[in-house]
Formats: sequence, C-alpha cells, structure tokens
Amino acid sequence: MTASATASSAGWRLKQPSIIPGFGLTLGFSLAYLSLIILIPIAGLLWRTAELGWSGFFAILSDERTIRALYVSFGTAFIAALINVVFGTLLAWVLTRYRFPGRRLIDAMVDLPFALPTAVAGIAFASLYAPNGWIGSLFMPFRIAFTPIGIVIALIFIGLPFVVRTVQPIMEEIDKEVEEAAATLGANRFQTIFNVLLPGLTPAILTGFALAFARGVGEYGSVIFIAGNIPYVSEIAPLLIVIRLEEFNYAGATAIATIMLLISFAMLLVINLIQAWSRRRYGNV
Amino acid sequence: MSDNRRISFRNPADESFSTKLVLVALSLAFLAFFLFLPLVSVFVEAFREGWGTYEEALVEPDAWAAIQLTLTVAAIAVPLNLVFGLAASWAIAKFEFKGKAFLITLIDLPFSISPVISGLVYVLLFGSGSLLGPWLKSYGIEILFAVPGIVLATVFVTFPFVARELIPLMQDQGTGDEEAALSLGASGWQTFWYVTLPNIKWGLLYGVLLCNARAMGEFGAVSVVSGRIRGLTNTMPLHVEILYNEYNMVAAFAVASLLALLALVTLALKTFLELRFGAGAAGGRH
Repeated sequence: MTASATASSAGWRLKQPSIIPGFGLTLGFSLAYLSLIILIPIAGLLWRTAELGWSGFFAILSDERTIRALYVSFGTAFIAALINVVFGTLLAWVLTRYRFPGRRLIDAMVDLPFALPTAVAGIAFASLYAPNGWIGSLFMPFRIAFTPIGIVIALIFIGLPFVVRTVQPIMEEIDKEVEEAAATLGANRFQTIFNVLLPGLTPAILTGFALAFARGVGEYGSVIFIAGNIPYVSEIAPLLIVIRLEEFNYAGATAIATIMLLISFAMLLVINLIQAWSRRRYGNV
Repeated sequence: MSDNRRISFRNPADESFSTKLVLVALSLAFLAFFLFLPLVSVFVEAFREGWGTYEEALVEPDAWAAIQLTLTVAAIAVPLNLVFGLAASWAIAKFEFKGKAFLITLIDLPFSISPVISGLVYVLLFGSGSLLGPWLKSYGIEILFAVPGIVLATVFVTFPFVARELIPLMQDQGTGDEEAALSLGASGWQTFWYVTLPNIKWGLLYGVLLCNARAMGEFGAVSVVSGRIRGLTNTMPLHVEILYNEYNMVAAFAVASLLALLALVTLALKTFLELRFGAGAAGGRH
C-alpha cells in the first residue's frame, strides 16, 4: 500500500528506486535484442498475413489440405499429450516414491527428449517402428510407421519430459501426513490417491498437458521421418508450411503459420491462467 | 504380504509390494519403448557395418563440413544468448519495474512457437519478396540460404535457455549481496564480477549446456532458412536428413550418433550439476 501511495504521489514511475546500477543498460539491451530477434520478425509475419486480407486468409485456411494438416497436427498432439499425462504422472510417482536400482539413471534419462536433436529421434523412431524395424515387425501386419499412429509415437517421446518435470516437483512436496490422515479416517489407498492427492496435482498435470500439447502441435523434426507425410492423412501443419515455402507460395505458408501462432498464444494464455488459478487455490505451482 | 518380518503389517499410506512392482515394471516398459530402444538403435545402426565404415562416414568431406558449420553456428549463437541471458536476468531479478511479468512471457515465447515458424519469419524478413533481402543483396550481404540466416534461426530457437535458468535463480538470491558490495564501495562492474557471477556460475553453466545442445541439434528452423547446400549451408541435423533420404542409413546414423553422444554428455553434465550443487544451484526447474 505504501509503495503504491508513494509511487502515485511521485507520479508514474517505471521502476522502484534501487541503489543497484545497470537497470537502464540491461533492460535497454534486453529489449533491443528481444525486439530484433523475436518481436520484429514475428510482427513481419503478422503483417504479411494482414496484407492477405480476411478473404485471402480464409481462402487459404478453408483449403481442404490445410484443414486436414491442422487436424492431423492438433489431433495427434492431443492424443500424445493425453497418453503422456497418464504415463508421465505414473513415471513421476514411481520416481518420487519408490526406490529401485537404476532410479537415478532413469530420472536423468527422462530429459533425453530435451537433449536429443529431433532429427536423430526422428530417424531412430522411423527405423524402429518401420514394418521391418525391431518394434514395427512385432506388430505386423498392423502398421505403425508412416501412419498417424507413428506421429503419435514421436510426439509421446517429445512431450514426456514436459509432464514428468512439471508434476514431479509438486509430488515431492506432498506431505506424507496428508495421506496418513486420510488412511486414519478410513480411506483406502485408492481413495487416498484419487480423492486426496490427485486434486492437488491437477494444476501441475494440466500445465504439463498444455506444455506437451503445445510442443507437439509445432513439432517437425522428429515427426516427418516416421509420418510418411501422405497429404490429407499423415501430413502435419508444419510440414505443409515447408511445402508451401518450397513452392514459393509465401501467402499459403504465412497464413498457416499465423493460425498456428495464434493458437500457440492462446495455449500460452491458458497455461498462465491455470497457474494463476492454482496459485490462488493451492498457494503454489 | 510385502514384508513377512513384520507380521504382514502394511503401512496404510503406502502401496503393497506387488502394486509397486507392477507400476515400476509398467514405467520401465514404457521408457524402453519410447526412450531406450530409440537411443540404442542409433548406435546399433551406426556401427552396423563396423568401425571402418563408421569412421569413413564421418571424415567424408560433406559430413566434415556439416560438423564444422554446426560448431561455428553454436559458437556464435550461444555467446549471444549468454550475454542476453545475463542482461535480462539482471534487469528482471535485481529490479522491480512495471511490465516485468509480460517481459518474462515474451522471453519464453520462442518455446511455444513451432521451429518451422521460427525459420519462416526470417524467410519473410530477408527473402526475395521482402524489403530487406534485396537491399542487403545489393551490398553483397546474403542472409537467407547462407550462414547468417542459420545463425539467426538458431539464436531465435535457443533464445530463452540461459535467461530462463538465471531469472529464477537470481530472484531467489535477492539483492542483499549486491547492496552490501555497493555500500562497501565496489563499482557496478566489480559487484557483477566478484559477487553476482560467482553466485550464479553453476546455473549459468547449466543454461549454456542446454542452450548449446539445442543450438547444435536444431532442425526445423534451420532447415527452412538453410537451403541445404551440401558442404556450405548444411548443418549436422540437416546432413542426417539428406543421408537418410538417400537411403544411406549407415552414414545417416553415424552422423546422428555424434549428435546422440552430445545429448548424452549434456545429460550427464546436467545430472552432475544437479547432484553436486542441488536443484537450486543448477537453475530454476520449477
């Protein structure tokens, strides 16, 4: 209250007084660099889209191939994120609660999808799940690679650490006494987990889902090798952008990119809202 | 049933041994299919025809040029984002100012943008249909389908890594140390070099590691701006793609194995930093 009172009496002020130097220099440099690298290029993309006009924009978006590509990207990313919610939460539970040989190694390996270049993951999955690959041959005559299922497999890999690393720290903070209290009050283990623990984990799980989903929608490198890239069937939206660019159809590429960008911004907003909601409700994310 | 030394008593706030066994087995099976087998297969495929063929695939001139280009690009992009990360985290962690939360959101922006779009924005900015591209070309400066474009796209996708590790770390540390140093007569630079930097060095190293791994491995953004000229604008991940599409599997996996090795080294160092200095010292994983 006092801070806002002094601020209002001194007029509008960008920052609160401090004896530490370098505010102008560091903020100025950060903003300049941010504008040059990120903001101006993105503004350029939006400007190019604006030049298309509404009718041009919608003409490109209502193209059957564009719609199918967006549908494949969002659909596969959604399914993969759902699977990751189940296995990611399970994995976070196993890693925080149980002690077994190799736990440390497995904990470290969960970050592999963050560190492994997507193209490497892409060719590895394509060769593993191909009809003649180690795993693909087990499932023959059912085909995994070169179908939308292959895309889901690659996106599960890409999204897994997002769920585990969002849920794990919250699980570590759970007070064991809460579970003991539930047990004392007559809850069985199943009830304790689903009625006592899970509600507190929901914001983290939702955030993990949203992060994995957002990453999956835009993913390119790990998907294109295993997808087969059949137009209308297993062609993802980022690949369609690349194809339009290679055809020098800049308008087509720009329109698809803009719609994906807008949906990413909406996702970012949703993630922030989930976190704000959970801070209000649970005090921490 | 879990522990017969203790007359079949089971902690009611814990799962039975068999439940644990099933859950652990399920997790391991999931990881085997989605993490371990893909990783192992990279090395198995790479060495399928022995060490000689493997070595040949790596010393081949185009592969060697790709390795050099990848190292060059990372050597430019990582320091740029390192300087930005330091500046941004200093401004954000040491001062209270309006619009801070929005600035943090903007810094995270590249994480939620498809890598293909990260490349596309530079194609639109510097391509033949743009204002800038032809103008720069008239002075003999090539951005697109040349090394500067690859560097720009890489800087874009690796933009948040260092800043994101440093901001929570420096916010946790507060401003007390710096204020003490300043009140004892240190200059701003001295305070940064002798007080702040030693406090954040492990978090900084952690951010640089992740930034570097992504810079060397970036595929989508770079593939859009590179033009894939063999020996000139081909990075390692792009070279992997070219070889794979030519059905030159052994060579593709040989180059890929180097990138996988980089990922493993990154993970090992990262884990070491976390174990040695705790999650707090090794950046802000929240």
